[in-house]
Amino acid sequence: MLRSLRRRRPADDERALVEALRAGDEEAFRGLIARHHDALLRSAMTFVSSRAVAEEVVQETWLSVIAGLDGFEGRSSLKTWIFRILANRAMSRGAREARVVPLSSLGDEPTVDPDRFGAEGAWASPPRPWAPEDRALAAEARDRIEDAIAALPERQRLVITLRDVEGWPSGEVCVALDISENNQRVLLHRARAGVREALAGYLEEPA
Amino acid sequence: MSRPLRCQEVVELVTDYLEGALSARDRRRFEAHIAGCEHCTRYLEQLRRTIATVGRLPRETLPDELRDDLLAAFRAWRE
Repeated sequence: MLRSLRRRRPADDERALVEALRAGDEEAFRGLIARHHDALLRSAMTFVSSRAVAEEVVQETWLSVIAGLDGFEGRSSLKTWIFRILANRAMSRGAREARVVPLSSLGDEPTVDPDRFGAEGAWASPPRPWAPEDRALAAEARDRIEDAIAALPERQRLVITLRDVEGWPSGEVCVALDISENNQRVLLHRARAGVREALAGYLEEPA
Repeated sequence: MSRPLRCQEVVELVTDYLEGALSARDRRRFEAHIAGCEHCTRYLEQLRRTIATVGRLPRETLPDELRDDLLAAFRAWRE
């Protein structure tokens, strides 16, 4: 049967992982914390004002995960469940809660300066070519990108971090942030356009 | 086919295009525009390069001290 040829479903792997964790398997736990550290720390930094506080939030999150493992019901993925604990912890710190942008203010402002188009909506000032990939350039481009992402509004920053930095599928990001597919794409597009613009300022070849 | 897309519209549809979120009809309009517009082709390529570069940002690694604290907590809780 075709079915038997299929790879094990991720849900089965996840169930096995949760069982291992509940059984006290240290290697499983060690792998879990190493795997998710980057996403948790980067996400925490979007909610709180300092790296030190973000690190505390990550630590508290893992302690909550340990305490909550027996109660995890598998209604969401383990990753999403951990992320939600992190988000709740980080927001309860309150430091930047007031900055959360209401979804109604997503807006439809253009992501490319309207002055760059003519009356017919065709490029008047088209994008200039970028310098080719180069190792020295790549290192500084990464710094530019980190700065550009850090300067984005919180929700855009979270979405581009989870999607493009961490490589989460869109469905998981929607569940983790409790937003619709459509809103997720709007936030992702605005974030990507913002980072492209920052990168353009650095990589564009002189006119 | 319906009205051709303008450049200013195309740049706002790039993520929907890359995410496979456009209707079949809009996807054809998008691709028809890109095929005939070097500027929008460049914009699309630059956005793709942006995404690829973002995906190669260095990872934060778990500090040894935090790992040891967490492993100790895990051990204590499971016992």
